[in-house]
Amino acid sequence: MATTDVALHEASGRLEPKRVVNNMSIQVATVNGSGSQSSNTVLLRSIFQMGVPVSGKNLFPSNIAGLPTWYTIRANKDGYVARKKEIDFVVAMNSETAQEDVMSLAPGAAVLYDEPLNLSSLRSDLIFYSVPYDKLVAPVCPEAKLRKLVKNMIYVGVVAKLLEIDMGEVEKAIRKQFAKKAKAANLNLSAVQAGYDYAASNLPKRDPYFIQRMDKTQGKIIIDGNSAAALGCMFAGVTFVSWYPITPSSSLPESIIEYMKRFRIGPDGKATFAIIQAEDELAAIGMVVGAGWAGARAMTATAGPGISLMAEFAGLAYYAEIPGVIWDIQRVGPSTGLPTRTSQGDILSTAFLSHGDTKHILLIPCSAEECFTMAQDAFELAEQFQTLVFVMSDLDLGMNNWMADPFHYPEKPIKRGKVLAKEDLDRLGGFARYKDVDGDGIGYRTLPGTDHPAAAYFTRGSGHNEKSQYSERPDDFEHNMERINRKFETARSFVPRPEVSTGKSKIGIIAYGTSHWAIIESRDQLRKEYGIETDYLRLRAFPFTREVHEFVKQHDRVYVVEQNRDAQMLSLLKLDLEPALITRLRSIAHIHGLPLDARSVTDELMTMEGK
Amino acid sequence: MSTTPTSTPKLNRVGLSVVDYRGGKTTLCAGCGHNAISERIIDAMYEMGVAPERVAKLSGIGCSSKSPAYFMGRSHSFNAVHGRMPSVATGAMLANRNLLALGVSGDGDSASIGMGQFVHLMRRNLPMIYIIEDNGVYGLTKGQFSATADLGSKLKTGVINDLPPIDTCAMAITLGATLVGRSFSGDKKQLHSMLKAAIAHQGTVMLDVVSPCVTFNDHEGSTKSYKYMKDHDEPLQEISFVPVFEDIAVEYDPGSTVEVTMHDGSRLRLRKLEEDYDPTDRIKSITRLHEAHDAGEVLTGVFYVNTQTPSFIDLLNLTEQPLATLPESVVRPGREVLEQAMEELR
Ligand SMILES: Cc1ncc(C[n+]2csc(CCOP(=O)(O)OP(=O)(O)O)c2C)c(N)n1
Ligand code: SF4
Ligand SMILES: [Mg+2]
Repeated sequence: MATTDVALHEASGRLEPKRVVNNMSIQVATVNGSGSQSSNTVLLRSIFQMGVPVSGKNLFPSNIAGLPTWYTIRANKDGYVARKKEIDFVVAMNSETAQEDVMSLAPGAAVLYDEPLNLSSLRSDLIFYSVPYDKLVAPVCPEAKLRKLVKNMIYVGVVAKLLEIDMGEVEKAIRKQFAKKAKAANLNLSAVQAGYDYAASNLPKRDPYFIQRMDKTQGKIIIDGNSAAALGCMFAGVTFVSWYPITPSSSLPESIIEYMKRFRIGPDGKATFAIIQAEDELAAIGMVVGAGWAGARAMTATAGPGISLMAEFAGLAYYAEIPGVIWDIQRVGPSTGLPTRTSQGDILSTAFLSHGDTKHILLIPCSAEECFTMAQDAFELAEQFQTLVFVMSDLDLGMNNWMADPFHYPEKPIKRGKVLAKEDLDRLGGFARYKDVDGDGIGYRTLPGTDHPAAAYFTRGSGHNEKSQYSERPDDFEHNMERINRKFETARSFVPRPEVSTGKSKIGIIAYGTSHWAIIESRDQLRKEYGIETDYLRLRAFPFTREVHEFVKQHDRVYVVEQNRDAQMLSLLKLDLEPALITRLRSIAHIHGLPLDARSVTDELMTMEGK
Repeated sequence: MSTTPTSTPKLNRVGLSVVDYRGGKTTLCAGCGHNAISERIIDAMYEMGVAPERVAKLSGIGCSSKSPAYFMGRSHSFNAVHGRMPSVATGAMLANRNLLALGVSGDGDSASIGMGQFVHLMRRNLPMIYIIEDNGVYGLTKGQFSATADLGSKLKTGVINDLPPIDTCAMAITLGATLVGRSFSGDKKQLHSMLKAAIAHQGTVMLDVVSPCVTFNDHEGSTKSYKYMKDHDEPLQEISFVPVFEDIAVEYDPGSTVEVTMHDGSRLRLRKLEEDYDPTDRIKSITRLHEAHDAGEVLTGVFYVNTQTPSFIDLLNLTEQPLATLPESVVRPGREVLEQAMEELR
C-alpha cells in the first residue's frame, strides 16, 4: 500500500533544475523490525541540529516484524510540521512496496533504491539513485548477523551526501543515539561514511533538494507526546498509575515508569508512587477510582477499546464524584480498527462515556508542550471538580517525534481540591458529602483513614442524598443530578481556553488536537494561493467556553475540521450552540488513519466554498 | 452507700464500645445469612480493638455487597460496581497503606462477573480481607444460580444445576492468597475466630462463608441451606485465636494442635479434627478440597495459612507514608530535574 495518492497531482514544473532548500518530505520505506528506527532518528536529528524545523512520522503496521513500514521526515523552513501529502524523496528499502511506492510519486521526485530492486526502469519522470547496500555493508560490518541493521545506516550517509547534510551533525546524532554504546556508535558511523563515500564517487547530484543550515531550532527539544505527558504527570505529582498495554498508549506509562524510577524514589530508597500493570482496563480504571477515592493523584492511559471497557466505572466516578485522570491516545476504531493509525474518533463516546446522564471534562492537547501542561491541568481539574478528566491525545501526537520548546517548570502550587482533614472536622463537627456549600456545585470530601468519628461517608453509585445516604426519593435524585450539572457549568470557566486568531474574515475554522498543524499550513495556502483569509479557533477543552460561542457568532461559515467520519466535535458543538447558529457549521472530516495534511483541508474547503 | 446500677458499656483497648462498631439498620431479609456475618464482623473488629476510622469497607453489587452499610458506620465505605471491587480495593490500599481493607462480595459478584478481578487480587497478595458471602444464588436479582452452586442443587422453581461449582477457596490458594478458609454464617464461634485471625494477617485473606439466602435458596434440594450445612459441615479444626494484646499463656498439645504466629504476634490455634491436615501445605490443601467435593462434604476451617510471603505493598517498595497525602515537596521533583530531562532531549 502506498501512503500517498499523488496521481492527482500535476507536474507543476518540478522537472526544471532548481534548488529546493529546506522544504521537502523524505520517506523511508522499510520492513517492520528491520531496525530502521535508529537510522531515521539519526537523519531527523541531523537536520534538526542544522537548525531546520523537522517532524518525523512513523507509519507502521500492527505487526512485530515483516510487514511494510514507512517513516516520513519533513524538513520545512517555514516551520510546517504536519504530514505533507506529496513525497519528494523516497528511500526504497522494501522490495514488497517499492513498485507501488515509486508509482505513486509525483514527477520530479527522487528515489534512492537498493540496487537489486532495479526500479529505474519503472518511470522516466523520476530521478533514480541506486546503491549496492550488500556490497557496501560487508567490509564495514564483518559480523554477518548485524548487517541487516547496519545496512540502514548506509542510506543515512547517501542521503547526507545528496542533500548536503553536515556529516559533523550526523556524527553528533549517532553519538547521541548510541550514547552508552561507543562500539555500536563507531560501527554505525563507519556505515554512514561508507554510504557517503559511495555517493560522493558514484552518484552525481540530479535532484533539486538541499538542506542548508538555519537557526530555527535553537534551544528546542525533540520528544514524543507520550513522553511529554509522562513528564507532565510526574511534575503534576502523580502517585498512582494503573495501565493495560495497548497501542498507542503503552509508551506513556512506560515512560512514566522510567522517569519515576529515576526521579521519584525517596532518599530512603522507597517509591513515592505505585505503578500497576492491571489485568485489563476494567481493573485499570477501577484502581484509579479506588486510589482517587482514597486521595492519591491517580491516572491510567489507554486507547479506544480500553475506553469502551471503562464505561461503567466512568459513570460511577461521575456520580460518586471521584477524581482521576484518563489519557486516551486515540487510534482508529471501531473495534480493533486500524490499531497503529491515528484518529480523533473517541470524542463523542468519551464526552458522554457511561449510561444515564453522564458527561465528562475533556482536555485536548495539540503539541508536546500541551501534553506536558495539560497533564498538570488534568489533575488539578479532576481534584477541583471531583470527577474524571479525559485527556484526548492521539497516535500522531503520542508516538511521533515532535519539536518543542523546552517545558516550563510548573509555577503554581499543587491544589488538592475540597478535602476536609481531621482539624477541619474538629472545627465543623461534621459534614455532608454532597452538599453544595459554596454554590459551585462542588461538595467537600474526606479521605478514608481520616482520624475523626464524623469523617466517614458511604460512597455509592446508587441514589443518595446530600449526606450520601441511600435514597430513592425523586427530589433527592433530581437535586443531586442538578448539582452535578452545576459543577460541569462551573468547569466551563476553568478548563483551558481555546486559542483564537480572528481578523475580519467571514470564514471561520474550528479544529483541535493534531489537526492544528495542518490547519495553520492550510490557512497559509488559502491566503497565498486563493487570497482567502480565514479565522481560526483551536478547541482545547470540553465543556466549551464562552469564546467558542462568540467565534461561531462572528462568522458566516464555520468549518469544523476533524479526524473522524461522523463530525463528532461538530455534533458536540450543535448540542451547545444556539439553534440559529448551528446551520453555520460545516464539516471537513478525514478518516484514512494518516495524520491530517494541509492540502486535503485546503482542497476540501475550496470545494465547499464553491470555488 | 449504694451505687447506681448503670450498666457501663464495656470498652475495648481503643476505648470504644461495641455500639461504635454498628452500622445502619439492615434492609436484608430477616434470617439472611449475610446479617449474621455482619454481626460477626462487628464483634471481631470490636474485640480486636480496631479503630473504625482506619477501616475501608469495600463491596461490589448484590445483597451481600449492600451489607457494609449495616455495620461499622464510622468507617469509610465504597459500594462499587458489580464484580469489580477488587480493583477499587487495590487502588485504595496502595493510595493509603495504613488502611485496613475489608471487602465484602457475593458468590455471583466474585465467581462470575468478577472472576477476572478476583483471581488477580488473589495473586497479588494485597493486604486485605476478602469475604465471599456465599449462598449459591444471585439474591438481589431474585434467585438465579451462581457459579458456586453445587452440581445437582435445585432451585425453588425445580431447575437443577448441571454445571460443576467453582471452589473459590481452592482457587485462592492456587493463585497466591495467604490466608484462606471457609466458614458458615451459622457457626458463630468458628467464623468469629477466623475473622480475628484475618484482621491480624498481612496479606490477602480469602474467606468463603456459606450464607444461606432464606428467600431463594433455603429449601429442600438446595446445598446452601441452613439444614444442608448443619448436616454436611465438616470442620477441619477447632479454631481459637489469641490476640497479641491478650497475653494469655494457654497450654496446648503440639501433637494435636497447630499454632501459627501471625504478623502482629497474635497466635492462631488450630486443634486438628482431621489428623494429618497441614494448613501450611499448599498443594495438599488444594487436593483435600477437591476430594471433599467428590465426597459431598462441605469442609470448613482454615485451609491454608502462610505468613512468610511478602505482600504486594512490600513488593512495590512503597514509602511508609500513605501516597495519598505525600506533600508537594516529595511528589514534584525540583527544577534541576526538569532541566536535566530537557537537556537529554536537545
Ligand atoms: C453490570 C451488572 N450486571 C448485572 C447486574 C445485576 N445484578 C445485581 S446483583 C447481581 C447478582 C448478585 O449476586 P451475589 O453476588 O451472589 O449477591 P447476593 O445478592 O446473592 O448476595 C446481579 C447479576 C449489575 N448490577 N451490574
Ligand atoms: S434475597 Fe436472599 S440474599 Fe438477598 S437479602 Fe434476602 S435472603 Fe439475603
Ligand atoms: Mg449470592
